[in-house]
Amino acid sequence: MAGVTFDRVTKCFGDVVAVDDLSLDVFDEEFLVLLGPSGCGKSTALRMIAGLEEPSEGTIEIGESIVNDVEAKDRDVAMVFQSYALYPHMSVRKNIEFPLRTRKVASDEREKLVHDAAESLGLETLLDRKPAQLSGGQRQRVALARAIVRRPKVFLMDEPLSNLDAKLRVQTRAELIELQRELATTVIYVTHDQVEGMTMGHRIAIMADGKLQQVGPPQAVYDHPANLFVAGFIGNPPMNTVSGPIVRTASDPAGSFGIGVEGTVIPLPAGHCAAIERSGAKTVVLGVRPEHLRPATEGGLVATVAVIESLGHERHVDCRLADGQMVISRLSSSEPAPLVGERVNLTVDPLELHIFDGVTEEAIETT
Amino acid sequence: MIFTRNAKARRRLRESGLAYLLLGPSLLIFAVFIFYPFLSNFYLGFFKTPPFPGLPNRFVGLSQYQEVLTSSTFLNSVRTTVAFAFLTVPLGIALGLGLAVVAHQQLRGIAIYRTIFSSTVATSVAVASVIFGTLFNPVVGLLPWLGINPQPPILDNPDWALIAVALITVWQTLGLTFILMASGLQAIPDELHEAARIDGAAAWSRFVRVTMPLLSPTIFFAVVIGGIFAFQTFGQIDLLTQGGPLDKTNVLTYYVFTTLRTENNDGKAAVLAVALFSITLVLTVVQMKVLERRVHYAR
Repeated sequence: MAGVTFDRVTKCFGDVVAVDDLSLDVFDEEFLVLLGPSGCGKSTALRMIAGLEEPSEGTIEIGESIVNDVEAKDRDVAMVFQSYALYPHMSVRKNIEFPLRTRKVASDEREKLVHDAAESLGLETLLDRKPAQLSGGQRQRVALARAIVRRPKVFLMDEPLSNLDAKLRVQTRAELIELQRELATTVIYVTHDQVEGMTMGHRIAIMADGKLQQVGPPQAVYDHPANLFVAGFIGNPPMNTVSGPIVRTASDPAGSFGIGVEGTVIPLPAGHCAAIERSGAKTVVLGVRPEHLRPATEGGLVATVAVIESLGHERHVDCRLADGQMVISRLSSSEPAPLVGERVNLTVDPLELHIFDGVTEEAIETT
Repeated sequence: MIFTRNAKARRRLRESGLAYLLLGPSLLIFAVFIFYPFLSNFYLGFFKTPPFPGLPNRFVGLSQYQEVLTSSTFLNSVRTTVAFAFLTVPLGIALGLGLAVVAHQQLRGIAIYRTIFSSTVATSVAVASVIFGTLFNPVVGLLPWLGINPQPPILDNPDWALIAVALITVWQTLGLTFILMASGLQAIPDELHEAARIDGAAAWSRFVRVTMPLLSPTIFFAVVIGGIFAFQTFGQIDLLTQGGPLDKTNVLTYYVFTTLRTENNDGKAAVLAVALFSITLVLTVVQMKVLERRVHYAR
């Protein structure tokens, strides 16, 4: 087992910078999720650990050693591909056995290891089938078995669940978490699905445009997004953001601010005002999670209910503000819901407000 | 019940009628240009062509078949053709595959090499033959100019003529083999190679355990097609050696041709044509039966 370290790693393909100055420590036995939209550089980062791509700059360490010049076959990592990349001409047994054969493991030892891997993934009865005769879920298990059979230092997984149907995905998600715990091994898991990131990772590393945006435990990232991108990417429905000019409230010369939204001013608590003052931000964006935006009888923002989406256990109430900006309020299904077209007052506990610099889009720390 | 059964039968009749109607035009074309000539050629083999023009053909039945197919010239021609196929097909595929593997690398300027490697596909047999005929020419050719001037000249040397023609054929078909192999390689997903790299396989091991099995349908196709092409070789023989020296390059197709055009013996030529067809057919079927077992059709 081993940790993985990116030290100022950049990868360019021609003029395109796929990974930009990435520094990241993945701890031994950690389940780290690399999360981001397509094209953010997360797969490239993973492929650099595997040795399938070479960094243009910077160094990558596995364990204690720098592996920039180590061949993929000698890095002792295993990878599960999105397409599973099973060898179509080999039986399940041969597929699982392949990494052992290339390392010249003795045949009785090989048989035992294949049997153990197959057993732990429930593949014993499928060993003589060809990949074409398996379902998507079974193929996925074979790919996993092929990865675990030789106990590598690091597991790399590139969107391994995205070809499964929704139900199987949820089930496999839990199984992967368990498997990682049992094997007590380092897993680096690439996905664009924030639910997988939230549920599976000890920590998540969020990337956009090749740059690392934030690293941290899922709940910490959810509660304290480092910038507007993370705020919008983590959470479903995403965080509401409202922008408007900073309005100095006349009644309070000590420097209280409000954010002007057409027809009203959202007042900010004193601590927030001081933080904005310190940051020197000229404009700010307010963020609030849908669950913190509550309909009330008076006060707050005045909005019109545009759409109500019922998910059974909760409702998403899409509201339009006077200036056309859309915000979503999340209500549990036991709470009374407003009607479509109804005017509502949306209030928020000021302590639940997130504040971002309107220009740099970075979060302004308020504590 | 009876009503529905009738209705079903009527529908089936209507559908098969439509099927035959749609097949009709191509059946007609096949009948006129393939089936009829084929059968009449077979029939022609029953008649002995007289030694002098003007005399009527004489019906001899199967005896002409027996006579021609056991003659030493025919057996020699079959041996020559088989040797030619063995000289051209494996070497051509090995070279085409080798070039395809080289051209499959992601290197700067590799497109230029791909173009060069596939260029002979645009060269006709006649052009290739003229080029090499000139190169080998004992008076004005490149080889004598380089100081290589064997006596007798290569194409007149009974030991070397067939090999030389075979090499020229390999060169001429290399473009096609290269394109076949290159497209076969391209059809193998990169991820399989990447998975094999991570699984610890070195380059040669990846080639043997991943590339070759997945390329086997392409190689199989190339062997069958190459075999058929080899049995139909004519142009380069006609232009370079005319079947000589000492019948050493007298492949079946050329033998059919000279029997028909030089000897004017259409009865014998018909027998030879039937033999050529049968050998090619049997060989293809055998290849399919034997080789297909080793082919992995990936899905």
